[in-house]
Amino acid sequence: MSHFQKKQASTKQEVPTTAMPDIIFILLIFFMVVTVLREVELMVRQNLTDAENIERIEEKRLVSYIYVGPEILGAGQYGDTRIQIDDALVDRDDFRTIQNVMRERRTQEPRLIVSLRVDEESEMGIVSDIKQELRLADALRINYSTRRTAGTDVSM
Amino acid sequence: MLKKKKTREGAEVPSSSLADIAFLLLVFFLVVTTIDIDTGIGLVLPPPPDPEQPPPEVRERNMLKILMNERGQILINDEQAAVRDVQDRVINFVMNRGADPNLSETPQQAVVSIKTDRQTRYDFYIEMLDEVRGAYRVMYDAEARARGYRDYNQFRDRHGEPNEIRREIPMNISLAEPDPGS
Repeated sequence: MSHFQKKQASTKQEVPTTAMPDIIFILLIFFMVVTVLREVELMVRQNLTDAENIERIEEKRLVSYIYVGPEILGAGQYGDTRIQIDDALVDRDDFRTIQNVMRERRTQEPRLIVSLRVDEESEMGIVSDIKQELRLADALRINYSTRRTAGTDVSM
Repeated sequence: MLKKKKTREGAEVPSSSLADIAFLLLVFFLVVTTIDIDTGIGLVLPPPPDPEQPPPEVRERNMLKILMNERGQILINDEQAAVRDVQDRVINFVMNRGADPNLSETPQQAVVSIKTDRQTRYDFYIEMLDEVRGAYRVMYDAEARARGYRDYNQFRDRHGEPNEIRREIPMNISLAEPDPGS
C-alpha cells in the first residue's frame, strides 16, 4: 500500500490552466478589433466579375462603396440596373447625388477611395456616368471591385 | 480583533467563470467576423477637363487604340483581334523602343487607350482591362528579372513604389468616354 502511494505522489499530471483566460482574452480582443458589425443591406444584385491582375485595398477605413446592379425585387426577380449608396438607392437619372455625397466625403477624408462594386451584367454607360460624377466631385482614386480568379495570386 | 480581520479578507469576487464568459464572447465574435478584404483594379481618374487647357497631344504612333463594341468584339488600331491577343499586342507596342515606325517610340510615351460602347457589358470590359494590366505585369516581371530579382513582387518589396521600373515603364492607360452606340 505504501509503495502504491509513493508512485502517485511522484508524478504531476495536470496541465497548468492559469494562463488560459489571458490567452482567450487576447483572442477575444483580436476578433473584436477585426469585426465589422454592420454591413449594408444590399438592394441590388452583386455578381462581381473576376480578374487576375488585382490588388488588395489595405486601408478599409478609406473606402466608400457604390453598388451598381439590377434591383432585387424578391422571389428571384430582378429589375432595372440601379445605383445604391449606403442604404439607399439613387434616384434614376439623379447622378448629381453621387457627386454631392462623394464631394462631402472627400472633404472629410482626402485620401478617399471609391470602390465601384458593379454587377457583371451591367452596361458600361452607367459606369461611365458614375465616373464622370466622381471626376467632378474630385474623388479620383477609384477601384473596380473584382473577385480573384481561382488559383492566382493577389499582387500588383 | 485579529480574527475578525481575517474573515473579511476572505471576501473575493469569484473569478472561476471568467474564462467561460470570455469564451462565450470569443465564440460570438468568431461567428460574426467576416475577414473579407476588398480586392480589385485600382486606378486614378484624370481631373475634370479644363476648357482652357486642351488635352496633351499624343502622336499617333504612341497611342494603341483598343475599341470594344457591345458584343465584346475588339478592334486594336482598327484591326480585329481576340481578347487573348491583347496581351502580346500591348507588350509589342510598349517595348517597341522605336524599332517599328507604327509602334511606340519609348515605353514612357506609350499610351494604351481603351474605349467601349455604352452598351458594352461590364465583365467584358474588365476582362480586357485585366489583359492590358497583365501585359504590364509581364513587362515588370521581365525588367525585375533583368535586374537579378525573382519577379516584380520581390523587386517591389526591396525598393518600394514608385520605383525605377515604374518610372521606366509607366502604366499609361487612358479610359475614354464610351460611344453612345447604336
